[in-house]
This record gives sequence, C-alpha cells and structure tokens, in this order.
Amino acid sequence: MRKYLARRAVYAAVTLLGVSLSIFVILRVLPGDPLVAILGVEGHARMTPADRVRIMADLGLSDPLPVQYGRWLGDIAAGRLGKSFFRGDTVADLIAHRGPISAEIGVLAVVISWLVGLPVGILSAFKPNGVPDSVARTISVLFIAVPGFWLGMLIVLALLFWFGYRAPILIVHAWQDPWQNLQIVIGPSIVLGLAQGAYIARMSRSCLLEVIGDDFVRTARAKGLREGLVVMRHALPNALLPVITISGVLLGFVLGGSVAVEQAFGVPGLGRALVTAVIERDIIVVQNLVLLYAVIFVAVNVLVDLSYAWLDPRIRYS
Amino acid sequence: MAVRAAEPPVTVVPDVAPRASVLAELVRFSRRNTLAAIGGVVGLLTIVVALAAPLLAPYDPLKADFRAMNKPPTAQHVLGTDQVGRDTLSRVIYGARTSLFVAFSAVILGTTVGSLWGVACGYLRGRFDLVSQRIMEILQAFPDLILAMAISMAIGTGLPAVIFAIAITRIPFGGRVIRSVALSIREMPYVEAGRASGGSALRIMVFHVLPQCIAPYLVLATTHLGVAIVIEAALGFLGVGVPPPTPTWGNMLADSITALVPPWWLAFFPGLAITVTVLAFNLLGDGIRDTLDPRLSPAFLRMMAGGRRS
Repeated sequence: MRKYLARRAVYAAVTLLGVSLSIFVILRVLPGDPLVAILGVEGHARMTPADRVRIMADLGLSDPLPVQYGRWLGDIAAGRLGKSFFRGDTVADLIAHRGPISAEIGVLAVVISWLVGLPVGILSAFKPNGVPDSVARTISVLFIAVPGFWLGMLIVLALLFWFGYRAPILIVHAWQDPWQNLQIVIGPSIVLGLAQGAYIARMSRSCLLEVIGDDFVRTARAKGLREGLVVMRHALPNALLPVITISGVLLGFVLGGSVAVEQAFGVPGLGRALVTAVIERDIIVVQNLVLLYAVIFVAVNVLVDLSYAWLDPRIRYS
Repeated sequence: MAVRAAEPPVTVVPDVAPRASVLAELVRFSRRNTLAAIGGVVGLLTIVVALAAPLLAPYDPLKADFRAMNKPPTAQHVLGTDQVGRDTLSRVIYGARTSLFVAFSAVILGTTVGSLWGVACGYLRGRFDLVSQRIMEILQAFPDLILAMAISMAIGTGLPAVIFAIAITRIPFGGRVIRSVALSIREMPYVEAGRASGGSALRIMVFHVLPQCIAPYLVLATTHLGVAIVIEAALGFLGVGVPPPTPTWGNMLADSITALVPPWWLAFFPGLAITVTVLAFNLLGDGIRDTLDPRLSPAFLRMMAGGRRS
C-alpha cells in the first residue's frame, strides 16, 4: 500500500507540474500581448513606449519567460499568490473569503448526488425495465441534458416571481449565520447535485446489473437469501467501486459547472471571482485560480484512487 | 470479476457482415431503438433549422425594434422580444446556427485529433504512449469549462477561439477511449499477419487498426456534441464565448439576466433549445452504442468517465 501511495503521489506531482506549465503557456506564450489584454486595444495604442517598459517591469512581465515561470512556482511554494491588477486584493484573500462558499457548494453537491443517485440506481436495478426503472432512467437522461446554469436561472426566476424571494447576495459564512449561509449555498448544491446524481444512478444501475450476473450472486441466491439481502449485502459492495471512481470524475463537472451555476444564482463564490477575472483579463488571478481548481481536481482523484486501492486489495498488490 | 478492477476490457466491434440497404438498416435501427431514432430525428431537425435559418426566421435576429421592447409572446412575436425589441424566435433559430457550428467544429477537430492520437498511442505503445498519456492526464486535470475559459481568454474571444478552446478539452477523451480499443486490436491475428508480411506501422494503423475504431469514434463524437453545446452555451452565458451581438443560446441567456427581473420568455426558450438539442444527441449516442455493441456499454461508460488512472 505504501508503495502504491508513493507512486500515486509522484504521478500527481508530475501532473500538477505539467498543469502549471500549461497554464503558464496558455496565458503567456499564446499569441496576445498581456498589456493589450489588460488595457484593451485603445488603451494600449495610447501608451508611449516608455510607459510600456515601466508597466511591464512593474508587473514582472519583462523578464525572460522561464524566469517568470520559475518565480511563479517559487511564489506559490512560499504561499505568495500575487495580487489582482485591478482591485488590489491579494489572491490569497480572495480564496480565503470566497473559497469556503464554493467548497460548501461542492461538498454538498457530492453528498446530494450520492443521497439521490444511489437509492435510485438500486431501485432501478431491482427490476430492470420495470416502471420505476423506466421513470428513473427517463428523469436521469433528462437531468444529464439540462444545463445546470439554466436550471439555476429558472429556479431563481421562479422563486422571485412567485414568492418574491431572493437569496442573500453578500457573503455570509456558515460560522457567522448558518441560516443565511444555507440559503446561499443550497440552490447551487441541489442543481449540481441532481445532475451528478443522474450519472451516479445510471452508473450504479449498470454496475449492479453487471454484478448480479456473477457466480457469487447466484450462490447467494441459491442458498436461499432474500433478494433484498442478496443485493444489499453481496452485490452492492462489489458494484460500488466503479461508482466511487466516477464520483471523482464527476467532481470535475461540479468544479467546472459550479462556475456557471454560481453565476446563475448570483452566489459570490470563487467561480464568480474567476469569471470576473477572465472578463477583466486579470492574468495573475486567473492563473492562480485555474491552478487551484486543477489542484483540487487532481487531489480528489488521488483520494478516490487511494480509497479504491484500500477497498480493493487486487489493485494495491498489482 | 477479476478483470473488472484492471483497465476495463474493450471488445472489438466486428464489422457488420451483410450490407443491407441504408434505409432498411435505418428502419431496423429505429425499430430497436425508438428513443435513439427520435433523438436522431430531432438532432437532424435542429441541423436543418440551423442551415435554413434565413428562410425560417420571421425577423432579422439583430434588428432592434424600439416599438416592441420586452414584449411577452404574442401573435407577432411568438416567443416574445428582448430588451431592445429583437425577436426571440429568430434569435433562437439563428442561435442554433452558431451553437451547432461551434459544437460540430470543436468535436470534429478535438475528438478526431484525440482519436488519431489514441490510435497511434495504442498501436505504437512504448515511450511515445507513455509521454502521450501524461499529456492527456494533464489536459484532464482541468475541469472542462475552466480550461475552455482560460484558452478562449488567452487567444481572444471570437468564433475560432471558442471552437479551438472547446476542441482542446475534447482531445484527452478521444485519446483514452480509442487508445484502449487500438490496444486490443493490435493483438489480433490479422494485424500480426499484416506486420509479418512487412507492412509499415503507418500502413497497418491506417488500413487495419483505424477502420475498427470508427464505431467507438462515432459514439464518442455524438456524445461529445452534447457536451460541446453545453460548454459553448456556458461560455456565452459567462460572457467569454462568441461575442455579442451574434445570437447564440448562451449569449441570449446572458442577456436575459442583465435585467433586474428577467422576463421569463428570454430565460426559458434559449435554454429549452439547448436542452432539447443536447438530449437528442445524447439519446442518439446511447442508441448507436447499444446497436454497435451492447457489450461495449458498461466498460465504455466507465472509460468515458475517465476510467482508472494508473
């Protein structure tokens, strides 16, 4: 297990190094002058060459690219995440202030997706092609197709229209006022959670059906166990492994999707900070936030793989 | 059970033996997969609407009409008008053009590059495969939408930038799925025979491995169409997609929330268009998968989701 863990950690570290390099390449090396990006075409045209040199040096953009890249990595290692071009708040503040809201949404969404998806999947697998199965599958196909941010918009609209209700717009943390906080995070969590729940329902159904054909399930039935016990005790634990794997991948959807869903609900989370930064072309903020999202995604997938190896000995010994 | 935990086994799709007429084939397909057939018809309809937009749209999608601003659906404007009096129906119809064009281009570009890359990885193996897999892992470490946002921001928000950005996010999926198909084909006797008779690696890949990858490629491409449409819409919604005033479904949704109390028809219809189109392509993709090889589905699903990483 320890060897597996070490190997997995090395892979993750290499991936993250590659991730940071690609972010850097995307934002600095691809065509496009960062100053045009920051000031706009007109602003850039008004600038004198002397201004240009000064601003570039101020931003640390006039050094050779490898030096800039090295400095960025060094800064991250030292915990300095830089500052916004426009607002003067540091990226670290931004993350500390808005991160908890987005994290809450992510965790709640995953919890909801399991709470909804797994029972539905089990119910479907009990009687494949029966009425409950057909209903569940139709709904899950629908939920996979509906864009979360649109569903979010409609929910916000409906609440506003029929109840005159609007969730709080300012950041309220759970430790300040749990009730207000819940009103902010619950909408996005439900929307994201249901979409992921649809995948989980689909996945657990197909995995259960696959396992139910196996010999050990036949044996369990043959010795006269009740069907419920056969499924819950024998089939389910073996069917769960792929479902666990998929939820690591689904977290990627949650992370990406949350950006748009936060916008739809007007939630002041990290996703909206990223969108604002992208629109304002605030390179330092974008670069660090994109890296943060990638780090979280990779870290969760490592955890998923570890739990997988822990649950299934064949993997850690192979 | 013992195999399940390892890299999911991929069964090679046998070539469909008797070549019936295309029409008969289609009829058989729709009888067995009613939902998929409906999906196919709806998908086709969307494409027709997109192509025939100038003929179908009752108004100019860009023309503001200040006498009819913010009107709910009426006989003149069936789906209402927006804040500057542009006809929603016409914009939804023209929006299909942009959205489908972006989605098709991105998938044809991204999924194809990824799949060809996957064939090369699976067939050549060795160091090339190892390095390629790391690159794909890096690409997959980004959530789709976030990578697309960063790329389209870097190269400027225009139609080509958006297509390119979405295409990049599609590459690793093609790469991984098709790679494992190619891996299993490479061990087939006929491929070995090709090698034994002195065929070059390129020749064997193109004439012997590639044709077997077409079926999984089609499934992949159809499924990714839906994903690409959603990413394009999300980019437009966030204001980093195809720039306004070009009507896209995402842009229309973005326009609608600028109002303090957004009119429901502006928020509802573009989203409905997205949902129906994505649903249609998803159903079609599922149907193609079931038809081409029912055994493919569970393993395939898992791999589509990224599969286990080594």
